[in-house]
Amino acid sequence: MSEAILKTERICKNFGALQACQDVSIDLRPGEIHAIIGPNGAGKSTLIAQICGSLRPTSGTVEFTGRDITDTGTAARARLGLGRTFQISALAMEDSVLQNAVLGALGASGHPWRFWRPALADKDLRMRAESALQRVGLVEQMHARCADLSHGQRRQLEVAVALTLAPKAFVMDEPMAGLGAGGSRTLTGFLDELRAEAPILLVEHDMDAVFALADRISVLVYGRIIATGSVDEIRRDPTVREAYLGEDP
Amino acid sequence: MINERILNGLLMLGLIAVPLWALWADEPFTITLTTRVVILALAAAGLNIALGIGGLVSLGHAVFFGIGGYTMGVLAYHAQTFTPLAEWPWVIEGTKSMPVIWVSAILLAALAAFVIGILSLRTSGVYFIMITLAFGQMFFFFTISWSAYGGEDGLSIYVRNGFPGLNTLVPIQFYGLCVGLLCVVLFLTSRLIHSPFGLALNAARQIPSRVETVGLNPMRLKLLAFVISGAVTGLAGALFADLNRFVSPTMFSWQMSGELIVLIIIGGVGRLFGPVLGAIVFVALEHWLGGISDYWHIFLGLILLLIVLFARGGLVGLLTGKEGPHV
Ligand SMILES: Nc1ncnc2c1ncn2[C@@H]1O[C@H](COP(=O)(O)OP(=O)(O)OP(=O)(O)O)[C@@H](O)[C@H]1O
Ligand SMILES: [Mg+2]
Repeated sequence: MSEAILKTERICKNFGALQACQDVSIDLRPGEIHAIIGPNGAGKSTLIAQICGSLRPTSGTVEFTGRDITDTGTAARARLGLGRTFQISALAMEDSVLQNAVLGALGASGHPWRFWRPALADKDLRMRAESALQRVGLVEQMHARCADLSHGQRRQLEVAVALTLAPKAFVMDEPMAGLGAGGSRTLTGFLDELRAEAPILLVEHDMDAVFALADRISVLVYGRIIATGSVDEIRRDPTVREAYLGEDP
Repeated sequence: MINERILNGLLMLGLIAVPLWALWADEPFTITLTTRVVILALAAAGLNIALGIGGLVSLGHAVFFGIGGYTMGVLAYHAQTFTPLAEWPWVIEGTKSMPVIWVSAILLAALAAFVIGILSLRTSGVYFIMITLAFGQMFFFFTISWSAYGGEDGLSIYVRNGFPGLNTLVPIQFYGLCVGLLCVVLFLTSRLIHSPFGLALNAARQIPSRVETVGLNPMRLKLLAFVISGAVTGLAGALFADLNRFVSPTMFSWQMSGELIVLIIIGGVGRLFGPVLGAIVFVALEHWLGGISDYWHIFLGLILLLIVLFARGGLVGLLTGKEGPHV
């Protein structure tokens, strides 16, 4: 088994008396899609937030490409190669689709301290942004204002911005949420190919997508990982069926 | 509804035509009034970079305006009294040279903005407003008790400072300098808005979490915006002091900060020419209504209320029919 690129070591997160994460240890290996499933409020987004740096674990460590990043800020983690998509689209709504993608390219370039030439006229930024939009199928809507996009298109843009970063690992929080059947199927096909570029830690409620994509699945319930294994193992696991899949017809 | 570029062009044309007409009609007071418009527009253009693009509602921009004013006042005071400003560790003489005063004002205001920015940007929302207000009040009360430079009474400068090749005592020539600087700042701002920095700053205002996830630091972007913003307002302060040949603690007052915000809201937050249109309306009201009643601020308040309620894009938004960029 190859070395994990991303790893959490017994992380705990308490919000006052609420234990949103308890001793969560998971890892992500090259080439795989590791899905995290669990009921609403299980602590999936809280886990993602700790991996990406917007929340600090109460205890435990996060490691990325072999180094401890527990005390590293969000921006620095992104520069190290962590590409995140949000459960609720986090986009600059007043800006155009292209501007949002160029922002990603600008982050990847690491040189925002340029004041003269228009960002949209910068060939490198533009190419990087457009090729990401191309891949998610948003090139046609490039000049639309983000606020005018459909919900599904915003989800696509969210993925496109992560693509512009060419990250070493993707961390995606429910990218399929609200996409509809057709959109989910397209994105499933896309993520299937994407894992060859960089492994994906995928939080997802859409079970069809998870079973189709995941190399491994971890089940998070009340802040605890109750099982980790292949699709078949998870499907057969009696505790999982009881705790989670049982509720899902 | 007119195109925003055309509107901007018309405003610029007005800023050139009105003083020329006043020159021809021999109305020097009108020139002074338009100079006031241009300088206030410049101060507000500075604030617009922090407020309009960066989303930083600073109720302390009078600090930079005042620093610009006092930079001029102190340097010119030492020049007119032939006393050195400092003797240790270096001898620093006063000066009556505008370019030197401008550069000093810009640097000092930028430095103050850097320090205040670092301390205030840890907070946001109402706390940011309050902390910037507090800095403004600190400077205000400091200058009131700064008796070496006139304290509460302020400082008079007898002769306007000079600019190589011009006679700045002639109103239209001084006006030319001011409007030239305003043009330069507006042009640089229009570049900045579309530059990579502007794009990132614009996003940092809307959604800092996104900016962080692409590996940029929204705090640093906002800090630089605040510094640039303070520097421009500082330059305007130096010009304002030169226009009046007088500086006093009122340049640091919170009312001054508030007026700059009001100017921008009237003109259009984040619009390139919002500060210009805002300053025109503000000075016009101040002049016409101020002549009729001491309570002209009531009318200003009423206009502000109408704009906030019905025209969120300010007058520029109203005239161009576009609410954006900020709704
Ligand atoms: N900042 C916070 N302060 C207090 N409690 C929080 C905070 N963030 C999350 N929680 C709580 O922690 C628990 C886990 O929330 P989280 O958002 O991680 O769940 P989730 O698994 O992502 O759920 P969903 O499937 O609905 O997205 C919930 O009970 C939530 O109310
Ligand atoms: Mg969630």
